[in-house]
Amino acid sequence: MAEQDWKANKRVFAAVSLPTLLWTLVFFVVPMAIVWFYSFGQNAGLNEIHVSGTLDNYKRATEWLYLGIFGKSFAVAALVTLICLIVGFPVAMAITFASEKWRPWLLLGIMLPFWTNLLVRTYALMILLGQQGYANKGLGALWGGASWVKTLVGLQPLPTWEPVPLLFNNFAVVFGLVYVHLPFMVLPLYAALDRLDRSLIEASLDLGAGHFRTILRIVVPLAAPGIVAGVMITLIPALGAYLTPDLMGGTDSQMIANVIERQFKKANDWPFGSALSFILIYAMFILIALQSMRRKAPEAS
Amino acid sequence: MTDAPPIIQIQNISKRFGKVTAVDNVSLDIQAGEFFVLLGPSGCGKTTLLRMIAGFELPTEGRILIDGQDMAGIPPNKRPVNMVFQSYAVFPHMSVADNVAYGLKIAGVRGGEVRDRVAEALELVKLGGYESRMPDQMSGGQRQRVALARSLVMRPKVLLLDEPLSALDAKLRAQMQFELSELQEKVGITFVTVTHDQDEALSMACRIAVINKGEVSQLAAPSDLYEYPANRFVADFVGSVNIFEGKLILDEPDKAAVDCPGLGKVYLNHGVTGPHGADVWVALRPEKIYLHIPGEGKAVKAAAQDAPDGHNFARGTIKGMSYLGDITLFEIELESGARLRVSRPNLSRHDQEDFTWDDKVSMHWRADSPVVLLG
Repeated sequence: MAEQDWKANKRVFAAVSLPTLLWTLVFFVVPMAIVWFYSFGQNAGLNEIHVSGTLDNYKRATEWLYLGIFGKSFAVAALVTLICLIVGFPVAMAITFASEKWRPWLLLGIMLPFWTNLLVRTYALMILLGQQGYANKGLGALWGGASWVKTLVGLQPLPTWEPVPLLFNNFAVVFGLVYVHLPFMVLPLYAALDRLDRSLIEASLDLGAGHFRTILRIVVPLAAPGIVAGVMITLIPALGAYLTPDLMGGTDSQMIANVIERQFKKANDWPFGSALSFILIYAMFILIALQSMRRKAPEAS
Repeated sequence: MTDAPPIIQIQNISKRFGKVTAVDNVSLDIQAGEFFVLLGPSGCGKTTLLRMIAGFELPTEGRILIDGQDMAGIPPNKRPVNMVFQSYAVFPHMSVADNVAYGLKIAGVRGGEVRDRVAEALELVKLGGYESRMPDQMSGGQRQRVALARSLVMRPKVLLLDEPLSALDAKLRAQMQFELSELQEKVGITFVTVTHDQDEALSMACRIAVINKGEVSQLAAPSDLYEYPANRFVADFVGSVNIFEGKLILDEPDKAAVDCPGLGKVYLNHGVTGPHGADVWVALRPEKIYLHIPGEGKAVKAAAQDAPDGHNFARGTIKGMSYLGDITLFEIELESGARLRVSRPNLSRHDQEDFTWDDKVSMHWRADSPVVLLG
């Protein structure tokens, strides 16, 4: 009973939770509320915003230009999530079925990138992908090798190697986002797969199923909660990605977060930036609501 | 046994995990249609042996033949055996019917035949009408029946059961013991069961292999195992037993005697073929010892008359009693200081009142009751 008392004691409860509540209130809820109010306002001078209750900012956000960028952001985020899922699932399975000795090291390998600043990681990736980067150098060496082999058997050599544009385009944005978000996908998948009763897999094999069918019919359906969690935790930050498209993207690869940034800085149109921000937030709310509805559905049936 | 070739031949199988030897040079044959039980304490290697038959573990040495075919290199999904897992491993995201149909569909059975065979298998395990249930709506016992049906529907040559009853409560376990035996007779499939529960093994098996430290300690029919244990491990593991160390002082074709410092002189009406003067052990089951109310001296003498005077007779004091309803267990301190466990059936409603703590009692046993163990 004694250890339950603190739960009943409202003062202790308040004392424990108050700092966090205050922090959240002052540094999250209040600024968000200000941004929300701004989204219904208009510029009244350089540093002044008049909150008039106008919906003009939202109207402007539904112009084709911005809808296109929203749509593109969704498409990029969805593609990144899909690639993360396809790449991450085998990785998560490999960690789950690795021996006890190896598993902590493999998990550490997945989490290691978190120990380095995102900016540093992004620049490192840019060095790799640049015109004179290691990726192009490696491909060039392979090309040269192939050319040499051709001359060896008496054929014409290949034309000279032209570096492939790997940076400052949409490919670079997707590549960079996959690189950044892969751990977010792998960890929930691993958590779900680790909980899976191994004898279910053995039962499937025992009943005549091959490994591929066992993964498709048993492992994937039972890992569904982990897949949904991984998709959400990858899709939402990828949707709001700012740094990667800013640094690695080309002129045509800006995402919605870059547009929002521009409103607050160069364009100095805070009300419009606020409206765009809240449209993005509402979109994420809808995603999360869909997920929780999906979770409740089986109980109802 | 029968002249038919054994359905499973295990030949010099060993399994080592690193430095640990889980199964050590085991050879045994399992006959077609038999209910075979691998019995042993946890960690004795019995489950490893079963998993090697199923193909989930590969033997380090030796080979396994199923229906005459060498199983080396054949993966679990290609073996003519099916397994019922300890946790049942019923697929939680599929209905009962889908669970049972899973293997059939992979085997290429289609349409109406799937439905018929699923219904037939569920009927067999008394789950007819449960087709659309989801596993989380079922009790542990029902889920086990689903697992059974899912394996039986495949019509395997051998059904492997890993501790099939360990997760059930005592009442249900006793009922399932009967049902499993009945089912096995009905379908005629060879059952190979792993268990650590001797009651389960004795009640269901045609033959039992007692496994200890990766080796077969004894392979025999249940009653032979209980009445003629081959060594101290089997005597102690199967049932309850009193074991006393002694010296073989007489060993002739029709009689033998052992002098046990703890128990006194034990006489047997058959030979044991051990070297004279050898160190041996005498095993005596608690239910084979008759307990006499004090002052019944003459009656005891008369009762023990199949042994020479001074043999198969002991005196002691009741130091412990536990009343179990059908029987009462007594712990009796002998004059030597050793303790003897004796069980006594409560044949009438008042039998448990015959004795109480610190009563001086005498005991006797028949000359064919003790078992002399050489190892």
